[in-house]
Amino acid sequence: MAERRGTKKSRKNTDTTGGAGAEGADGGTARDGTTEPRPPARLAVRKTYKLYLGGAFPRSESGRSYPVASADGTHLANASLASRKDARDAVTAARKAFGGWSGRTAYNRGQILYRVAEVMEGRREQFAAQIADAQGLPRAQADRIVSAAVDRWVYYAGWTDKFAQVLGGANPVSGPFYNHSAPEPTGVVAVFAPQDAPLLGLTSVIAPVIATGNTAVVVTSERAPLAAIDLAEVLATSDLPGGVVNLLTGRAEEIGPHLASHADVNALDLAGAGGLAVEFERAAATTLTRVLRPGPGGGDGEEAWLDTDPGTSRMTPFLETKTVWHPVGV
Amino acid sequence: MPVPHTAFEPEARTNHALRAYLHGLPGVDEVGARARAQDLSTRSIKTTAKANAIDLAISMVDLTTLEGADTPGKVRSLCAKAALPDPTDRTVPRVGAVCVYPDMVATAVGALQGTGIGVASVATAFPSGRAPMEVKLADTRRAVADGASEIDMVIDRGAFLSGDYRKVFDEIVAVKEACGDAHLKVILETGELVTYDNVRRASHLAIQAGGDFIKTSTGKVSPAATLPVTLVMLEAVRDHHAATGRHVGVKPAGGIRTTKDAIRNLVLVNETAGPDWLTPDLFRIGASSLLNDLLMQRTRLSTGTYPGPDYYTQD
Repeated sequence: MAERRGTKKSRKNTDTTGGAGAEGADGGTARDGTTEPRPPARLAVRKTYKLYLGGAFPRSESGRSYPVASADGTHLANASLASRKDARDAVTAARKAFGGWSGRTAYNRGQILYRVAEVMEGRREQFAAQIADAQGLPRAQADRIVSAAVDRWVYYAGWTDKFAQVLGGANPVSGPFYNHSAPEPTGVVAVFAPQDAPLLGLTSVIAPVIATGNTAVVVTSERAPLAAIDLAEVLATSDLPGGVVNLLTGRAEEIGPHLASHADVNALDLAGAGGLAVEFERAAATTLTRVLRPGPGGGDGEEAWLDTDPGTSRMTPFLETKTVWHPVGV
Repeated sequence: MPVPHTAFEPEARTNHALRAYLHGLPGVDEVGARARAQDLSTRSIKTTAKANAIDLAISMVDLTTLEGADTPGKVRSLCAKAALPDPTDRTVPRVGAVCVYPDMVATAVGALQGTGIGVASVATAFPSGRAPMEVKLADTRRAVADGASEIDMVIDRGAFLSGDYRKVFDEIVAVKEACGDAHLKVILETGELVTYDNVRRASHLAIQAGGDFIKTSTGKVSPAATLPVTLVMLEAVRDHHAATGRHVGVKPAGGIRTTKDAIRNLVLVNETAGPDWLTPDLFRIGASSLLNDLLMQRTRLSTGTYPGPDYYTQD
């Protein structure tokens, strides 16, 4: 059925082109009698892939960009090459957004994360094509990855107003006190996204960080950063306040050390830091930054992130427990 | 190059004579002033030059708290910060002065004893200046008696805008007299003067009346210290120096929050008034949040890592 529709469409296209060509020929004869001007081919409208900082899409402060190729080596686009100053600006934006985002009700955060899933669902085609190019996957498999990524947002949207009950609660104490513990977001989290899982892997590291009220500065996959900027367009149109997620495309070894040693970064997620993880963790120690180390076997592509129930393991490292003692009977 | 204008006659203190003098000043090229300020703000100051500029800027800060909610405790902690801006680094210079409301002068003077840092006090019914003359003078005398070494007075903008230059002039002269040994900074509140021509006239009026410093704004009116306004005021002190040999200082206040803003001001000073003015005796920056940004930039330069605001005191 699809095939037939395609044939019909292509025939129709051919006809139109022929008609336009005939008209063009007439016009050409009238003008100079010799040449036959062709209808101008439509100029390709190519997307400029920029950074996502503070809710806006600026180019890198450095003005640099780098070529991005598909899995089979075809040039796809140029992406911005973020500098350390872009990283600094991203941390400033994330810090500015933290108060508002962490202060929202858990219910509202859940609504917004669910909205991200809704908007992403409407752009499935774009994401599937992007992933198929970047990872060299068959289309059916790319579709499966996109579905899993959309479902991941729904999954963490559900967690926003539940993690506090699961991870906090009333503590039994030996004394005349009520004693409660509640998890609170850590603050600004610098996330090194998986290098070989540019959509599902990326979603799986961003969503748990922001679900609990943190804000994120994300260094995307260097080899395949385009899906991240497509995702940024989804985030920008999903009522997610600007600055909650900031995406930097570029080299982790260039901007990573500045993020790791930055005193205003409260935690690091080293999921995609690879061999740089140890260096980053060492730099982070100077300012008592929380660190989530890369898990074992991080080199299996998007497939490695397909587990439908990732649990709370990516949320708990970016939470601080606040415990309150209150005298009984006052 | 000095701006040629009608010579000022100190004896002719009539409104007519002041008007002839002030309106005889050449008009300010607004587009030119903006373009010049914009052009100078693109200068790139890096590495050692930046380190020197940051230290100079710290020594020029008038660390200010002018809130209705000021408490003696807040003023004391501000004074501690003025004397030792970064407790982890004793090479950081002290700030220029601490600026408070008159009733907090005694607290600030007590807290700064032995540090050599002066206390500046706003006076004359700051920020509006809407009070009888006797009240303004009593305000000033009390602040000086409590130990303020600098007085920041506001001019009567209403009188200035209605053309009663003599009233403005006489008030500055009277307050200057009430100051005694204390330095007098004259706040023009440029945000209410509307035009650059008015800023130039008010600057010359304040200089002629005996102000030791001219200051852009109270910080309570927006826009406060914009670069073109500071440029016009720096031109006024430069021209006055060329004509008489007397140095008058300039103090932009309000809206200068980042190291970049501060360095742009220093470039403006150097290129307009000249390097003579690159000293806390002749150039001050009225600010509160600026100091933390200067300290963070200083740490960034010396350690190579980005510092965070959590490591610096809020007030």
